Amino acid sequence: MAAPLTLLLVVAVTIRAALYRSSLAEVIAERVEVVSPITAWKRVIEGLALLDLGVSPYSGDVFHETPLVIYLFHFLVDYAEITFMLADVISAIALYLAVKEYNKQVVRKKQKFALEADRYPQDCLELIRSPKEMLYIPLKVAMFYLLNPFTILSCVAKSTCGLNNAPQIITPHCFKISFAVFLCLATYQSIYPLTLCAPAMLYLMQRQYIPVNYRRASFWWFVVQYLFMYLGSLFVLICLSFFLLGSWDYLPSVYGFILSVPDLTPNIGLFWYFFAEMFEHFRLFFLCVFQINVFFYTVPLSIKLKDHPVFLMFMQLAVISIFKSYPTVGDIALYMALLPVWSHLHRFLRNIFLVSCVLLACSVLFPVLWHLWIYAGSANSNFYYAITLLFNVAQILLVSDYFYAFLRREHHLIHGLYLKKKDGSEATLVLK
Amino acid sequence: MGLLSDPNRRRALISLLTRLNAPICVLCYFAAVCWFMGLSFEPFTLRTYMSENAMGSTMVEERFPAGERALATAKEFGAHKKKVGGMPVDWLVKTMQARGLEVFTQRFSRTLPFPDENNERYIVEGTNVYGILRAPRAPRTEALVLSAPCSPGDDNNQAVGLLLGLAHYFRSKSIFWAKDIIFLVNEHDLIGMQAWLEGYHHTNTTGMDWSPLQGRGGSIQAALSLELSSDVVTSLDIVLEGLNGQLPNLDLANLFYAFCQKIGVLCTIQGRIQRNDWDSVSGYSHAVQTMMLMVMKQASGRSWGDHGLFLRYHIEAATIKGINSFRQYKTDATTVGRLLEGMYRKLNNLLERLHQSYFFYLMPSLSHFVSIGYYMPAFGLLAVILLLRALDLWVQLATPPSRNEDGVADIEQSSTGVLSVLTPLVISHLTGAALYMLPVRFQEMAVEHFQVSETEAVVLTAIAVYTGGLALPHNTHRYWLISGEGTEQGWRVLKLVAVLYLAVLLGCTALINFSLGFILALTLVPVASFVTPHVPKLLSAVVLVILSPAFTLLFSVFIFQELQEMPVSFQDGWMLYLSVISQGILDHYLYGSLVYPLIALMVYPCWLLFWNILFWK
Repeated sequence: MAAPLTLLLVVAVTIRAALYRSSLAEVIAERVEVVSPITAWKRVIEGLALLDLGVSPYSGDVFHETPLVIYLFHFLVDYAEITFMLADVISAIALYLAVKEYNKQVVRKKQKFALEADRYPQDCLELIRSPKEMLYIPLKVAMFYLLNPFTILSCVAKSTCGLNNAPQIITPHCFKISFAVFLCLATYQSIYPLTLCAPAMLYLMQRQYIPVNYRRASFWWFVVQYLFMYLGSLFVLICLSFFLLGSWDYLPSVYGFILSVPDLTPNIGLFWYFFAEMFEHFRLFFLCVFQINVFFYTVPLSIKLKDHPVFLMFMQLAVISIFKSYPTVGDIALYMALLPVWSHLHRFLRNIFLVSCVLLACSVLFPVLWHLWIYAGSANSNFYYAITLLFNVAQILLVSDYFYAFLRREHHLIHGLYLKKKDGSEATLVLK
Repeated sequence: MGLLSDPNRRRALISLLTRLNAPICVLCYFAAVCWFMGLSFEPFTLRTYMSENAMGSTMVEERFPAGERALATAKEFGAHKKKVGGMPVDWLVKTMQARGLEVFTQRFSRTLPFPDENNERYIVEGTNVYGILRAPRAPRTEALVLSAPCSPGDDNNQAVGLLLGLAHYFRSKSIFWAKDIIFLVNEHDLIGMQAWLEGYHHTNTTGMDWSPLQGRGGSIQAALSLELSSDVVTSLDIVLEGLNGQLPNLDLANLFYAFCQKIGVLCTIQGRIQRNDWDSVSGYSHAVQTMMLMVMKQASGRSWGDHGLFLRYHIEAATIKGINSFRQYKTDATTVGRLLEGMYRKLNNLLERLHQSYFFYLMPSLSHFVSIGYYMPAFGLLAVILLLRALDLWVQLATPPSRNEDGVADIEQSSTGVLSVLTPLVISHLTGAALYMLPVRFQEMAVEHFQVSETEAVVLTAIAVYTGGLALPHNTHRYWLISGEGTEQGWRVLKLVAVLYLAVLLGCTALINFSLGFILALTLVPVASFVTPHVPKLLSAVVLVILSPAFTLLFSVFIFQELQEMPVSFQDGWMLYLSVISQGILDHYLYGSLVYPLIALMVYPCWLLFWNILFWK
């Protein structure tokens, strides 16, 4: 499988390199859909300039990336393009390995179940995936990530979003300690991956055969162990940033900026329009309401999906990319890359046609309406926000559709594929 | 959410939509056409009204007295123009300075990609002369523009004369002005205007050479371009359609209409006088024709007057044309001057840019308009057809295979499906790219080898590439893919992709330029909905060709001539068609009109996909 992966990497890098050389790169780097106030390369350059002058990069209210990123580019600024391409490539390889690992696990689990065959009803066998079917999934995932136009745009715009994605992806397949470190790196970059803690812990527990049972001491011992490592490395990172800069400037400027959303530049998220229209004294309340969305779903989803941490992780990534304060298309690309992993759910998906049409149309309409609003002056912000809203509704429908399909497959695995009513007629599942 | 979650209702709805797909589509198509035709029926339209407060209630008394003097200046200008054999720059500078303006000139030059046979120009060099009247009443942060083109021959002398007369009068009444007023005489109509606007805004989008402007006013709020070729006029015509189908804010048209009413000048749009008998057949057809003219002009994406380029810079602009016909009642230059004075004084009152009224509208007459909310459903009904067809295809694709075939076959099939879709997509887009690149690139070679002029070479190459594209793509997948593409699956996937592509493409086009989107949809949607490999080949091929973008353009040329009451024979129509193509290409290279690249790079490849489906083996 190494050959197709290499080919894929070569193709992906070629596309990116070609786009870097074309005049499109400048246009893309200006698009609000691709870069956010946090991830814009222009702002990183500004931060670097301030740093070189011996001023705190956060003093200008332009730069909002973390200190580690600016020190990374302090050394790599001449190789920025290569760095971004490398980040994408590493992410793709990490995805590839992670999904491969996950598939191995699924097959092992399935074989275990096959031994106790009476657990699954006979007619469910067609729901169970064969290893042959799953052979190409890791490659498809890597392909979905690398050749997704969203990822390409994000990389060509040198949006640091690509760098933020990398640690989030590297998370799943490593050992406990590196797991905690990478997750903490992702959290350090943009707070929201905090919610990935739950799937990460569940995943590790599943691997170590620790039952998820809050009455057992081993469960709590594991949680404490993990949280200690996580918080410890977070502490180390934050202190490291402090020693690099010599001041705490960056805390309000990075995390305050993410949480209090002062920059209302239009983007594909839900925040800007609401907060631009809102009366100032409601701001704090609605800020809490909007921000809580990201964290709110963690607990119910974790309870429902405690046996399926990877799916839980997918759901969490999607929720983050929909509800975060400055989303870009790069965030969407991350969870969309995982869609091939759930290709066995396709028969249960209900709105996939509608949703994909809407997503496609919206992605094309973003630049068109932006042009009408900003350049032609004939449309206004309502047009653009309408598309943003539609885009996010479609994303939510997509995610909930996958969630429903996943639960339904689980239900069929236990109760049989062809459900009968009590009187023997064919039954249908209704979600109400 | 009932529909989205209840499987029984969903199934019922989907089976209804697939069973009745064809009748619903036909119904939608006719509903769309009827809706569109109904738009110009007067009870369905809205009356125009002034939305901008700053221009609505304030009283202005127009006093411009010097029409005769303006005409004398026009004669003098004409004499100097004849003597110099072009723009009399020195005379203009001197005259403007004598009227108390700050005068500047701008030189520009531009070599066209190929000779423009309509206007007989290839290497264009010229000078713009403009004078600025500084605003005494306010900081000079905003400006208004009055422009008149210096045309070859005796055309537009009166416009320049009136412009100079107004400049003199405005200067003497300078106590009015809160905005700088820029009086611009541009040479070589749109090319000069393009150079001036690029110079004013420090941009260079088309690679033209111009000398930087020495003097500037504030940011331009509104502009009027004046075209006047006779001492007296019977009516004034307002031209709104700008580059890429952009329109100025409706308030500008309202302002013109309001002043025409006040001063008692006959005003027209599309050169057609408004009629009051909307309830009679002829009155209705008059309104339809007026609106159709607007739709055609907007769809062409050209700038129909010198104002068209201002719109790109977010400046509301229109052209006012004096028309002298055989009517009894004439209006003299003094009255036209008073009208312009009134309009400028109202524009001078603006506190912010014109934005209150509509930007998306169609006008069946000057007093009535159709807003975006009324005309978009006509397009929406056409777009629904595409979505219904796509849904139908999706259902057909989704139902049979997943049950009876095992996973391996499924994967193989989907991968060949992707490949067999990808090949036609890539090939048709390459053809499109060739259609975009080759005509201008290969003109020299074509001129060397054939007995044609450069312009003919460009147009004929375009037509040759276009027809060549028909022969090219449908042969390829036979050689590229030997396995698996014989299935029904292949063309269904391709058609699904093509239909969705067309829907998105037309939707975006209609948002930017409704008329273009609607005309393309009218012809392409039937193609998209009926084409399968199983329909009779020859007949469908003929229908497909007749409904292709090139023929749409040909028909549009004839219909446009018909609407203008200048019907042409087929021979002349063909020549006109060729010149329209060359003008379209020139518009793209000179001013950045997007219609030619849109057709060549997107619409034509999309149409080729349907052609491909028809000949699917």
